[in-house]
Amino acid sequence: MPILTRNRNNRKRLDPYLLLLFFFVACLVLWLGAILCSLPMGVPGLGKEVASLQQRSGVQSPVTAVLLNFRGYDTFLEVLVLLLAVIGVWSMTLAPFPSGEVEKSPVQLGVVRLLTPLMVLVGAYLVWQGSHLAGGAFQGGAVLGGAGVLLLVAELPWLRSVPSLPLRIALLAGPLVFFSVALYCLLRQGKFLAYPQDTAGAFLLIIETACALSIGVTLASLFAGGRPDDDLPETGTPSDPQGGRTE
Amino acid sequence: MITNFLYSFCGLFVFFMGFFALIACSHPLRKILAVNVMSTGVFLILVAGAYRPASVGDIDPVPHAMVLTGIVVSVSVTALALILACRVQETSNLSLLRPKSINGREESED
Repeated sequence: MPILTRNRNNRKRLDPYLLLLFFFVACLVLWLGAILCSLPMGVPGLGKEVASLQQRSGVQSPVTAVLLNFRGYDTFLEVLVLLLAVIGVWSMTLAPFPSGEVEKSPVQLGVVRLLTPLMVLVGAYLVWQGSHLAGGAFQGGAVLGGAGVLLLVAELPWLRSVPSLPLRIALLAGPLVFFSVALYCLLRQGKFLAYPQDTAGAFLLIIETACALSIGVTLASLFAGGRPDDDLPETGTPSDPQGGRTE
Repeated sequence: MITNFLYSFCGLFVFFMGFFALIACSHPLRKILAVNVMSTGVFLILVAGAYRPASVGDIDPVPHAMVLTGIVVSVSVTALALILACRVQETSNLSLLRPKSINGREESED
């Protein structure tokens, strides 16, 4: 059977349309490669401008300053995109949890028990560190999300009965805090997301903490692949609860 | 300087490998993977463009910030696309995960 497949594949590889596509893509590679070569490499970029405004941003890390201060609008919309993705996933299905009770290996349970608090700690540390070194809301949130994925993979029984209201609050915390800080700035400074200089650092830390929580919960609930059981009950089209939704 | 070019070209190749797969493969799972590979290529080009040798000066933090958010957004987009693909699989009579799809271009898997 494998040999047969390989034979068929070898024949398929000479598909004229695929060859045409291959040449088209090769031409695109050459064209864009030539453009890449003609780009002026080693220009300073925006590094100098960011460095000169660093003092006013409230944080010492240039990436965090760009992310939350200079391009705060962009980041706010990206946090909203994450929220939108969760809304899309939740409106599709209930989270598919395996129905059968499986005997857990004690090694797995021990690893989960050890690693989960450690990952939460690392996530919080990354958020705190974001003000002066590499780190920040997105990295800390990704680690928190990893902790959630670890719990989901271990299929702990209490995950099935996670209530939906705290999850919703955690999902909304980041966008809401971000938006309310932006509104406060609008009222105080007259500009959306223009932090007052003396309290910019504190504002950024609050936003980062809330966003890290939201991003972590977002990633974990995206991995779960649906809304919790006590959310809107499944109506309409009958669907197989096991139906291939296990990523 | 050579580092910039090396990583930029790697990113370019990765992007177009994904682009090729996006058109050539008919299976939705492969299309989602192809889009992911393409986004990885874009991130690589952006980060490579921001690189400066230590003697020249600071890195450009703007592309870094864009890539940072882009990675998380691409993960969430992938999750949404996977759920949508599963939904299509569930609700349509056509089995997308069948070994041989309509175009006959898919090899047998699993």
